[in-house]
Amino acid sequence: MIRKRLVVIGNGMAGIRAVEDLLALAPDLYDIEVFGAEPYGNYNRIMLSPMLAGEKQLADIMLNDESWYAENGIKLHLGNPVATIDRRRRCVVAEDGTEAFYDRLLLATGSNPIMLPLPGADLPGVVTFRDVRDVDRMVAAAGSFKNAVVIGGGLLGLEAAGGLQKRGMQVTVVHLMDTLMERQLDPVAGGMLRHTLEERGLTFKMPAETAAVLGTSRVEAIRLKDGTEIPADLVVMAVGIRPNIDLARSVGLYCERGIVVNDAMQTYDPRIYALGEGVQHRGKTYGLVAPLFEQAKVCANHLAMVGHARYLGSALSTQLKVTGIDLFSAGDFSSSDATDDIVMQDAARGIYKRVVLRDNRIQGAVLYGDTVDGAWYFRHLRAGTDVSALRERLLFGSSQLGDSGRGGGGPAAAMDDRTEICGCNGVCKGTIVKAISEKKLFTLEDVRAHTKASSSCGSCTSLVEQILAQTLGGDYSVAEKVRPLCKCTDYSHDDIRRTILEQQLKSIPAVMRFMEWRTPDGCHTCRPALNYYLLCAWPGEFVDDKQSRFINERAHANIQKDGTYSVIPRMWGGTTTPAELRAIADVAEKYAIPSVKVTGGQRIDLLGVKKENLPAVWRDLNAAGMVSGHAYGKALRTVKTCVGSEWCRFGVQDSTAMGIALEKMCWGTWTPHKVKLAVSGCPRNCAEATIKDFGVVAVDSGWELHVGGNGGVKVRATDLLTKVRTPEEVMEYCGAFLQLYREEAHYLERTAPWIERVGLPHVKKRLIDDAAGRQELYARFLHSQRFSQSDPWAEHATKEVEAAEFKPLAELVEA
Amino acid sequence: MNGWIAIGRIDDIAPLGARVVRLPGGDIAVFRTADDRIFALADRCPHKGGPLSQGIVHGDRVTCPLHNWVVELGDGQAVAPDQGCVARYPVAVEDGVIRIFLGASEAALT
Ligand SMILES: Cc1cc2nc3c(=O)[nH]c(=O)nc-3n(C[C@H](O)[C@H](O)[C@H](O)COP(=O)(O)OP(=O)(O)OC[C@H]3O[C@@H](n4cnc5c(N)ncnc54)[C@H](O)[C@@H]3O)c2cc1C
Ligand code: HEM
Ligand code: SF4
Ligand code: FES
Repeated sequence: MIRKRLVVIGNGMAGIRAVEDLLALAPDLYDIEVFGAEPYGNYNRIMLSPMLAGEKQLADIMLNDESWYAENGIKLHLGNPVATIDRRRRCVVAEDGTEAFYDRLLLATGSNPIMLPLPGADLPGVVTFRDVRDVDRMVAAAGSFKNAVVIGGGLLGLEAAGGLQKRGMQVTVVHLMDTLMERQLDPVAGGMLRHTLEERGLTFKMPAETAAVLGTSRVEAIRLKDGTEIPADLVVMAVGIRPNIDLARSVGLYCERGIVVNDAMQTYDPRIYALGEGVQHRGKTYGLVAPLFEQAKVCANHLAMVGHARYLGSALSTQLKVTGIDLFSAGDFSSSDATDDIVMQDAARGIYKRVVLRDNRIQGAVLYGDTVDGAWYFRHLRAGTDVSALRERLLFGSSQLGDSGRGGGGPAAAMDDRTEICGCNGVCKGTIVKAISEKKLFTLEDVRAHTKASSSCGSCTSLVEQILAQTLGGDYSVAEKVRPLCKCTDYSHDDIRRTILEQQLKSIPAVMRFMEWRTPDGCHTCRPALNYYLLCAWPGEFVDDKQSRFINERAHANIQKDGTYSVIPRMWGGTTTPAELRAIADVAEKYAIPSVKVTGGQRIDLLGVKKENLPAVWRDLNAAGMVSGHAYGKALRTVKTCVGSEWCRFGVQDSTAMGIALEKMCWGTWTPHKVKLAVSGCPRNCAEATIKDFGVVAVDSGWELHVGGNGGVKVRATDLLTKVRTPEEVMEYCGAFLQLYREEAHYLERTAPWIERVGLPHVKKRLIDDAAGRQELYARFLHSQRFSQSDPWAEHATKEVEAAEFKPLAELVEA
Repeated sequence: MNGWIAIGRIDDIAPLGARVVRLPGGDIAVFRTADDRIFALADRCPHKGGPLSQGIVHGDRVTCPLHNWVVELGDGQAVAPDQGCVARYPVAVEDGVIRIFLGASEAALT
């Protein structure tokens, strides 16, 4: 059978959900081609809010990365918007001229954020909040500026404000109405929300209308209609969205506010389907994912030619994703003569609940502070249940109503199987319970993978956890604050570290036996952690267990995606010599190493080394006096330095020498995660010391010591630990800090999350207030270094036994 | 080159370790568990072809070094929720000598 051709325009949430649903129904029906204007795979747009707040990274919010498309045989055109559709030839034409023919076409172009046509709105620094690029811009602005103004006090505006505030900006929200989120909240709940947000430091100007954006080369302020000016280095317009119908309209498809579709999600051209925020169905457009996913289901059904599902429109519920604020709203909560309000308000506990009834049926609900029953109200709202019998106790929620008979276990226990738990993906309790028992699921991640529940906006996570707990009985504990190290044990990282010391456990099998491991020899999560904990607890005694290390640390090189390795020799403080450079050049040529690159850590990376050549490469580098840079390890990586007072006209201290001394002291140490240091010769900070785990910045009178920074997807600038006068003190504080981190952090926890977990005051208490304690830490660090400062390369290149690791067991050549 | 072929001794592989046998058609990973059983799988993770021989061996499983898929040594199946399967080869150990069976690999197992 010749496959039909399906072309999808718009690589967003609705379009790709329809493709997923279609693949599940009819995997072989179509050759699929997707065009996306954005340069990424399909990501969870909802999670841009936590991403802005720094709680998630782009990688966390990807729904389908590029490999998913490849695996499903989907041809993907990224960063290549469709310019026009030739409906006669049944062909779409992309901006770069690419053509794709279709038998059926799916339009999923979403919507565009509205940019108010204010004077100055085109100044740099004025952004909207719609896609990854917008988030990148806001994050960049938050890094270098102070004041932000968000125009619009709706869902999107408040999430933007919350995120920017978390990133350290002073945020003012300008809102046209006198109630926040007036479309979802009544004045009482809106007022409570405002109060909570004000307590957290947001400023509100409302009701207020923006008249102009001011600034010359970049936005500097905004002016309100009443003449007030508010300073602003960043202005976020979050005043609504407009269905993106440009393409559809330009090719003559009938559009009103959106692209008009029928109940089968078909446009006026029967070969062309449309769904998502860009469409108008029975006069309504939608701006939340739940209805779009319902549309996707119907659309997939028709594309798969398996039925005649109809989309009949959706009722909506909303939750706000600002950490720590619980808010739920559904349906129509405007009161009239025909409606009854049932209201409960407990100002002291910050709880407000209002349910609006019409003809004894729930017409709308607003919950603030306690939202666990939101899903339950929403189900009765959609089902049109007659609630007269429940009326008296309605506001106490489902758990008080005894309609399921089971007590305990939180509100989820009281819900029946038809109650929808995950609004975004339309997953009911029954589906989750069934998946947990039939597929033997144990974790939230499992449930997400199998049912999609809790995988979009995450608001229902606690309900899913409760259901897990009830379904699994004792196997899952919701309230657990400390997580077990892995599935092999119930004990946490801290339990294990403490027990190793108290019970003097000195080998991996001893720990597993004493702490009653569930597996005979652990797993890839616990073994490397135990190996590190033992190494840290018993320096000089514990013999490193090679088989419990990741391949990079076993082979002392970084495995690359093609199975080759990279080798990085140490260059003390980023300094080198002609002889070393010559040796590196010789090695690269001798072993035909395809790529030589300068790393960001001021040293040289040899990439693409074959595993069996590693010992010889090292032998040659060793011979020229170089040792391993540990660029592969949970270990000290680099000490970056600037040229400092030796050369630089600004330098106030010899930062290069300081860096070399630190690297000589610290190299070889094993740590919970990688550790990077830097030393700058003056506050211009050319060595970027303030994004390092331990950063030193020279000042006239000595050295500033900064801790807990990192670059990476989520940049964290350091906290200032203290200021010291002499290089000796720098060494002492550095050693003590690293030892504290080594002894207290969880395996694979970098200094930044560790400090956020234990708090800077704790670190200061141990390192600054307690001088004797600091010296002890320093002494322990130096002691452990006595056993770790042997070059792994030298050992490997000489020892015969270990050489086995690098050679095949047998080579069978004849065919 | 078919039939049972000696590839080395059990002591050549560390407990909870692995070595490879190099073949023109691609490497075979030979694993040793903590209790000295030997398994052989194609050295290509069912996910994206990562070298399973470089992974961490635990129980009767190995974790791929590239993205942490876990593969059963016994039947070459990826552990759920991941799905996939890698070819396995029959292994026999006699007097400390490891032999693997090359040829109609899967058929020989049934
Ligand atoms: C910050 C934020 C928070 C949100 N929070 C929530 C929430 O908590 N709950 C909720 O339910 N909803 C939330 N939403 C709304 C939700 O994300 C959207 O309803 C949903 O993403 C819309 O899906 P869609 O596929 O219609 O559009 P989109 O996801 O926008 O996808 C459309 C895609 O089509 C592309 N495109 C447009 N034109 C072309 C062309 N000519 N050629 C090729 N590609 C094109 C666009 O670039 C875009 O990638 C939020 C939205 C934002 C921005
Ligand atoms: C999550 C984030 C990161 C991951 C997974 C990661 C991973 C790696 C890997 C695998 C290498 C070795 C490359 C090789 O094989 O040669 C490496 C090297 C390096 N990375 Fe990263 N990295 C991350 C973040 C960062 C950040 C944020 C920075 C700097 C701000 C950084 C700076 C470096 C430097 C300088 C090197 C060279 C190492 C050296 O000289 O020792 N990395 N990183
Ligand atoms: S940090 Fe200061 S001393 Fe170092 S190179 Fe930059 S300007 Fe010069
Ligand atoms: S290649 Fe093995 S897990 Fe990805």
